[in-house]
Amino acid sequence: MMEIEGLTVRFGGVVPLDGVTVRFEAGTCGLIGPNGAGKTTFFNVLSGFVAPVAGSVKAFGEDLLALAHFRRARWGLRRTFQTEQAIEELSVVDNVAMMLEHVPGSGNAAARREAAIEAIEFVGIDVDPDTKVGTLPARDRRLVEVARAVVGKPRLVLLDEPAAGLPDEETEHLGQVIRRIPEATGAQVILVEHDMTLVGACCETTAVLDFGKLIASGPTDEVLRDEQVIKAYLGTEEPA
Amino acid sequence: MGAVGTTPAPAAPSKLRSGGRRLQPNEIRGLIAIAILLVVSLAILPAILSVYWVTVLTAVAYISVTALGLNLLMGRVGLVSLGQIAVLAMGAWIFSKLSFSTSLPYPIVLVLTGLITMILGTLVGLPALRLSGLYLALITLMLAGAITIALRTMQFPNGGPGFLGNDPNSSAAVRRPAIAMSDPAFFRYTVIVCLVMFLIALWHVRGKPGHAWAAIRQSEPAALAAGVNITLYKLWAFALASFMTGVAGGLMASDVGRLYAISFPTDKSIVLLAVVLMGGIYSLWGAVIAGAFYSLLPALLDDWGLPADLLTILFGVGIIQVLLTAPGGLAQQFPRDMRNLGRLIMRLARRGSSPPDDGRAAA
Ligand SMILES: Nc1ncnc2c1ncn2[C@@H]1O[C@H](COP(=O)(O)OP(=O)(O)OP(=O)(O)O)[C@@H](O)[C@H]1O
Ligand SMILES: [Mg+2]
Repeated sequence: MMEIEGLTVRFGGVVPLDGVTVRFEAGTCGLIGPNGAGKTTFFNVLSGFVAPVAGSVKAFGEDLLALAHFRRARWGLRRTFQTEQAIEELSVVDNVAMMLEHVPGSGNAAARREAAIEAIEFVGIDVDPDTKVGTLPARDRRLVEVARAVVGKPRLVLLDEPAAGLPDEETEHLGQVIRRIPEATGAQVILVEHDMTLVGACCETTAVLDFGKLIASGPTDEVLRDEQVIKAYLGTEEPA
Repeated sequence: MGAVGTTPAPAAPSKLRSGGRRLQPNEIRGLIAIAILLVVSLAILPAILSVYWVTVLTAVAYISVTALGLNLLMGRVGLVSLGQIAVLAMGAWIFSKLSFSTSLPYPIVLVLTGLITMILGTLVGLPALRLSGLYLALITLMLAGAITIALRTMQFPNGGPGFLGNDPNSSAAVRRPAIAMSDPAFFRYTVIVCLVMFLIALWHVRGKPGHAWAAIRQSEPAALAAGVNITLYKLWAFALASFMTGVAGGLMASDVGRLYAISFPTDKSIVLLAVVLMGGIYSLWGAVIAGAFYSLLPALLDDWGLPADLLTILFGVGIIQVLLTAPGGLAQQFPRDMRNLGRLIMRLARRGSSPPDDGRAAA
């Protein structure tokens, strides 16, 4: 469970997050909002890439912001990026296994490989695990990134538009994978997406940002019917 | 919550489960190439070449290790250093010092040299924590310049008195290992030490540091998200490169015997950068090719009676070729060319044995 209070981020005159107070309950939660609403910035705060000027983030009762950014992976924070960032130079299995190399207690190389292969199977990448990621199509790279996010014992998984640019049937497969993450790993998932069908299918609750402010939060179907939310999306995209 | 309806992704193909990783075909080819290179350089070359060429090849070997340091920094971590020849000179200085003022066994002096150079060389890499690209290149170049100037005034230890240990009238040569006093024997010794350095590099690249470096090179946010301590791993890369370059400097000191500061002009670092790029920075083989460009090519040109300036032009053209058409350098280009050549020969052979208009009818 995540409790965010009064979170504010400033880039000069831009205020991408403006006093955001929100709770994310266990399971998969959606985070939506029009372009530039501050969703990625919110993830960047959780990752430690961006320092907020005010506010606090409690994850399972712990103060996440107190940890150095590179130690958050050890804590159990995982994420994917809006522009997919699987490591091209490395093989599929090394990409996934390396997530455990900086987490003490992940066992030896063989154990890490075993865990990586389990994650690769979990997301359903059907290629030789020793293939270089650089040679894979976009869909598989996305899945490699998701496998990186679920391998081992994640506690909080942040997915930043994992379905962007994927055709419908791939998105459906991805949705099945995302839905199984909390059950399979025990992690809390926050999903940022513009594809409302995917959000509706994966998330029980959803929060909505607009210009850095929280404008709605609650059960996904109610939120997607909310008038203010529809208004915020008008001109950009209609929620499904 | 969770699994609403549909079943999970396709079940695991059994090939995934079959134990650890197997050797890939290109790895097997690599092993064969290493074996051939070792047999040729340990058994054949010292027996058939004159002392002059053996000495040239000794230089190729230790310059390969110097190039390997830069190859790792650039190709694996994405850090440009123009200070590597200065680090080599530092290694040579430290080795000379230890060689004259201690009676420690040769391999220990070599390792100590590597370790001390590692500490100093990592200091040269400190700016890398804040800078990258051109700025880092410039800073390292300036530090290299400073080291060169310091060496000019200090000169190299040659058994003289005091800490600096330089006596202008001394003609004492730096030590060589007792088992490798002659030039051919020292060449073999050098090749084996260099092989060890390449294996250390390979072990790094294949393991945890290599994975962390690959992540850093592609995207620092992605590396951080994977829990990589970027500061630590960048410094580690500089430490490793400096260690190797220090060892190479030690071998160089023993090879040359009497060292002079003028043998390490700062601009040689730029030549090193050029040959490392031409050799290819994404493969450790690139460092071997770079060593040959740096040390063998000038000797060959000299032998053929061609002017040494030709090298500058050759390297210039080589760099343009790398930048424009073959970012992987010769280490990637060469196997590809060989494959194409093989295919061409196969096609010619096939054409020779079948009627020429075969298959055109089908179209
Ligand atoms: N490093 C930065 N410096 C300055 N402004 C930034 C920076 N990063 C983001 N912004 C601005 O902050 C605002 C929020 O951006 P953010 O990327 O969080 O939006 P988003 O909700 O993820 O949008 P999208 O759906 O397009 O990904 C935007 O106005 C953006 O231009
Ligand atoms: Mg975004």
